[in-house]
Amino acid sequence: MTISDLKQTAPDSVKSKINWARMEEADNFAKTVKLFRQGKYDEASFRRFRLQHGAYGTRMTGDYAMVRIKLPAGEIYPDQIEKISQLSEQYSIGSAHFSTRENIQLHWVILEDVSEIFRGLAEVGLTSREACGNSVRNVMCSPLSGVCPDEEFDSTPYALATARFFLRNPMAQNLPRKFKFNFTCCEKHGMVRMVDVGLIPQIREMDGSTQRGFKIFLGGGLGNKSFVGHQLEEFTPEEDLLYTSIAVMRIFDRLGDRKNLARNRMRYLVNDMGWEKFQNLVLKERAIVRATQSVITRLNVDHSPNEIKRPVRISDESGSDIIPDGYARWLKTNTVKQTQLDYRSVFLTLEAGDITASQLHALADIIRNFSSEGKGRSGFEQNIVLRYVHEDDLPRLYSKLLEVGLAKSGALTMTAPIGCSGTTSCNLALTNSHRLAKEIQRKFLELKLDEDVDLTDSSIKISGCPNSCGQHGIATIGFFGGGARVGKDMYANYQMLLGGRSDGDTMLGQICLRVPAKRVIPVILKIIETFKQNKKSNDTLKSWIHRIVNGNEDSTIKSIVDIKKILEPIIVPPTIDDDPDFYLDYGSDTSYHTKTGKGECAA
Amino acid sequence: MDSTKITTDVDSLRSEIRDKSVRVIDVRREDDYKQDHIPTAVNLPLAHLLSDDSPERVLKLVNSMGIDDETPVVVYDDTFGALASRVAWTLEYLGHSNVTLLETTYSNWKSIGLESDSVIPEIRNKEHSLKLQPDILATSDYLESAKTRDDVILIDNRERLNFLEQHIPGAISLPYRTLATTDKILRSKDDMKRLLENRGVTGDSEIITYCGSVGTLSGLAYYALKSVGLPNAKLYVRSFKEWKNLQKPTEKQEDASYWDLSAE
Repeated sequence: MTISDLKQTAPDSVKSKINWARMEEADNFAKTVKLFRQGKYDEASFRRFRLQHGAYGTRMTGDYAMVRIKLPAGEIYPDQIEKISQLSEQYSIGSAHFSTRENIQLHWVILEDVSEIFRGLAEVGLTSREACGNSVRNVMCSPLSGVCPDEEFDSTPYALATARFFLRNPMAQNLPRKFKFNFTCCEKHGMVRMVDVGLIPQIREMDGSTQRGFKIFLGGGLGNKSFVGHQLEEFTPEEDLLYTSIAVMRIFDRLGDRKNLARNRMRYLVNDMGWEKFQNLVLKERAIVRATQSVITRLNVDHSPNEIKRPVRISDESGSDIIPDGYARWLKTNTVKQTQLDYRSVFLTLEAGDITASQLHALADIIRNFSSEGKGRSGFEQNIVLRYVHEDDLPRLYSKLLEVGLAKSGALTMTAPIGCSGTTSCNLALTNSHRLAKEIQRKFLELKLDEDVDLTDSSIKISGCPNSCGQHGIATIGFFGGGARVGKDMYANYQMLLGGRSDGDTMLGQICLRVPAKRVIPVILKIIETFKQNKKSNDTLKSWIHRIVNGNEDSTIKSIVDIKKILEPIIVPPTIDDDPDFYLDYGSDTSYHTKTGKGECAA
Repeated sequence: MDSTKITTDVDSLRSEIRDKSVRVIDVRREDDYKQDHIPTAVNLPLAHLLSDDSPERVLKLVNSMGIDDETPVVVYDDTFGALASRVAWTLEYLGHSNVTLLETTYSNWKSIGLESDSVIPEIRNKEHSLKLQPDILATSDYLESAKTRDDVILIDNRERLNFLEQHIPGAISLPYRTLATTDKILRSKDDMKRLLENRGVTGDSEIITYCGSVGTLSGLAYYALKSVGLPNAKLYVRSFKEWKNLQKPTEKQEDASYWDLSAE
């Protein structure tokens, strides 16, 4: 008799139909680490191997790695969440981090323990394979795909099929650089023009019958230099989805820059070549792919419907109908109605994507008890989405989330900023963008800015360096980190951009001015104040800023320069004697200096 | 007794209790013990032991629990085996070799529906001998000189963030959570072996474990090492608290704000 034989598992635990893992990769990784430590594997090949398996380097040390666990299409199941909870306590810092690309990251993992994490992941069908390196990264899908009132059909099965097709596929093992797919539900929920391949589901009527397909955008992406993607053609039928993907990757593989690591994402190729030429190449290549691929090369799209079953409760343990304080605020700022009658999707905001092991553990049970699809989805904003929550269950769900500290309001508002990992673990970071995002969220929730409907559709996104992991370029108010000095005294300083967006009118934010880390919050508040003074009746902060950056505003604040003038008095550095705290970055009690190591994005 | 036997499984303990051939020690707090405990268990709260863990006093405690040199002892707690380990190690240090840890925690024991009661057993005093085992103890002075040798491995069993922030120079980080599985206080032998081998903890090296203050987490690690047959393990029982108080050198991970990645 073993103990686990006696323990009952929750009866309604839904499990992933797809096993992404290969147990032998764990053993292989352990062996390779040993060979590397014995000097039998050179540094560069080992790094490539490590990244291919999803273990990224860590700030200022070769002893630790970050393991990036892929959640294809963002799907995550209760048993997987429990496993990640356990792994985070065993091998990481007791917290896990939800990224902006539907990965979960475990940081500060000892390199020699990485293979143990792989084993644990394999037990629940997850992998970190090709989560880093020059491969097809996690295939994303909108967390609302399947429930979004504005979508034409659910693209989740296509995202999963695409992920399956390219994972461990020889054609995707040695690309010039990383390659990213984003599927979405509709224009509004966006993110398709800021990625190598972005796809919006479309239905076309032809000769009285309907046909599924996609609007495909190519060559976008955020980075040191960001570009907006181009639409390939009016409509790409679903049969052509795989052929188009293969064609694009073949062109990138053939023509992408393999020498200049700083300019080798596909967006540079598209930009250098010119869109029309690239577009033609893709269409021609697709014809060749279509004609030459064997019939067995196809996407394995699983159209079997997910079972939607409202979890049965034998007794209602709360026993009362008392709705806790804050419920109305949470309901308004964290939930959206689904296409499906009586159901809502609930967004959980995590401070800069961080969640503790015990919260993860609780979350697994919460999903079992409240999501009628029995799984969670990770979102685009370092967050988690529980879908198919019955309207009647929302107050009790809120109470449960409150108990474990996951009921923070404002998930769908500007008060939930994105912050990349910054100096908490990244070699390239110049500032602690991660902590800054947390500070902004705490302050703005305290000020109840989440309840201000004028601010709802705006966003704040922060990167710790110019490389855009914090997506600053598509934020209403975006920041990327750097350093500045007064005499010999340095301080953390952010470049601020305004007017970025990733929806149907995708554009990159425009540079406004540099803001010292310790002045970011006052500067944002000043922008909001100025907006309130100048807004038109139906304005939101986003629409107002959008008019300004596009030169369409006719009030006293007409341009970014006008905004800059208003903000300039706030950003003047005090002397170090007057305000020593100004010279410390968030989360640090020693004097600020910029220090970076080698990045591995382009290894 | 099989010298590599570190834990006692649930079924064996139940039959040993039925045969009255074992002394079970519950190291939880007195209130918890009084509420209910594994049948026939005596209570030795860890705090009670630590209030004075001089060999003379511990010997008295052992005698009063009816333990002589031959009595098989099984220790359990509700703190993933760490407190039980510290008590077991103390008995071992005193010269009692026949001591093992219950393979699981008391919560788990109860959650799978095994018997418990609130009867406090009557115990007749016994006489235990005193044969101190200094080989399993590391003092700060000992550690300081041992650290300079190549064949000594120092293991820090605190959580990763604490390790990054400050640790004894040269230590490797092996958080106590790593040693357990969901329902057992220690991994299976094969799993433990693989974990330790990956980390270079093998062979005949002398291995010293430490944790935050009183040698509980590192006590568990001490038994983890023994469970895979590593012969030469020592517990730095006064651990990092003493090391810092003595103002001995420490090391930290520089230039990174790892604490801000924690959601705590």
